[in-house]
Amino acid sequence: MDIYLLEAVMNGVLLGGVLALLALGLNLIFGVVDVVWIAYAELVMCGMYAEWWLTDSAAWPVLAASAAAIAFVALLGVLVHLLVIAPILGSAPINQLLATGGLLFFLQSAATLLFGTDFRNLGLRLPVIEFGDIFISLSRLIAFVAALLGAAALYLFLSRSFLGTAIRAVAQDREIMGLMGVDQRRIYLLTSAIGGGLAGLAACLLLLQYDVHPYIGLTFGPITFMICVLGGLGNMIGGFVAAFIISQIIAIAGYYVSIEASYVLAFVVFIALVLLRPQGILGK
Amino acid sequence: MLTVTDVSAGYGSFQALFGVSLAVAAGEAVAVIGANGAGKTTLMRVISGLLPASGGGFALDGRALEALPAHRIVAAGIAHVPENRRLFPRLTVEENLRMGAFIPAARKHFAERLAWVYELFPRLLDRRRQPAGTLSGGEQQMCAIGRALMSKPKLLLMDEPSAGLAPLVVEQVFNLVRRIRAEGFTVLIVEQNVQQVLDIADRAYLLDRGRIRLSGAAGELARNEEIRQAYMGI
Repeated sequence: MDIYLLEAVMNGVLLGGVLALLALGLNLIFGVVDVVWIAYAELVMCGMYAEWWLTDSAAWPVLAASAAAIAFVALLGVLVHLLVIAPILGSAPINQLLATGGLLFFLQSAATLLFGTDFRNLGLRLPVIEFGDIFISLSRLIAFVAALLGAAALYLFLSRSFLGTAIRAVAQDREIMGLMGVDQRRIYLLTSAIGGGLAGLAACLLLLQYDVHPYIGLTFGPITFMICVLGGLGNMIGGFVAAFIISQIIAIAGYYVSIEASYVLAFVVFIALVLLRPQGILGK
Repeated sequence: MLTVTDVSAGYGSFQALFGVSLAVAAGEAVAVIGANGAGKTTLMRVISGLLPASGGGFALDGRALEALPAHRIVAAGIAHVPENRRLFPRLTVEENLRMGAFIPAARKHFAERLAWVYELFPRLLDRRRQPAGTLSGGEQQMCAIGRALMSKPKLLLMDEPSAGLAPLVVEQVFNLVRRIRAEGFTVLIVEQNVQQVLDIADRAYLLDRGRIRLSGAAGELARNEEIRQAYMGI
């Protein structure tokens, strides 16, 4: 097998991990609160800026800055729910889309105002490691492993704990949650915090590989939505699988043709699959 | 134990209950019977806090509950087995039972209560890893009752436990209710299956178009000519 193709496939797998994390967060919020956060990737952008600012201006070590950035975006998630979503929870879906869409522009503009449009990064130079004949960048490997650990922690929380079970239950029958002694509003807040925390973790992992600028959300936002729809909106396992399918398409087409063409191809495959299976690849 | 005083309630401009009063003493099984649309489910929804009363109030052991939201009423000691069971279909049997023990007071005793519910309904133990949506109707009712028992309520509300089940299964469900009673639980049960519910209840109320029309010992009501004609088809 072609060594360079193998390398592209490996990179696709590594990219898939972070995309899967984003898809999990978006699907979790959609499944539980029944709202699509259009500005989800902009929360990632906020997390990237938070980590960059803490390391650059406050001179925090990277790990501490990462932890703080995750907590910061989790808090942002709670604020998004309280200030934007909660007041319009009962209104038409289009109004909710417009509101979170407005939040997208607000966050982009706020970032431009605070940090300008310069590209910023951590200035880390992590080595490239050699596996036999293939070269893998350590930053991608770290991002992949951390993303899988994050996904595994989420899985354990949702399947083993009382609160996690309640989060899954809300998505199945909202009305009777009160009969279980569950305060639905608190479940929504917790879910928003977890969704924010996942965006924060993704932000830290992406900042290992990419520069942050006010429009970085546009690089990951559309592809995250595409992955969620492909996996079936709200279907967390479907989204997880779809993240790896899309990242493979991007990686392999990027190798054979070009990166730009690979995104075109990914969207073509997406449109075709959605026409064939509008309920998502794992939908019923 | 439970006193309901002059409760009125409805949906928008539609009023379903007009000044309903009733009482349930500790250890009793009390039935509320009546035709479809008489307001039985509305009464249950008011007592469990799913629907706010527009007038009147209710209290458990002297503590007024009408101003509390549903999730606080569970913590106060009232568990509700809702109409149509309303299990979480994609959660397993055991996860449904876990939801029943969500309140902090029940969480502490989760393991022992789970063992107790499995002892009460061994069938649930066989099915514990199965999604609740795949259970048979009778098993689902067991799971719904088990879920409500997980909070060890002072008062168990049951809304039409026999609805939508085959006659043989209905018999099983009423046997379940008998066992719950034998365990010492206080039960307020709403049923259209008048004959069978009067068989297991101590006392009963007849609800007619949102008002209590008759009340008395279950045996007495079972012999009442009007009830026999209108609700038992005898």
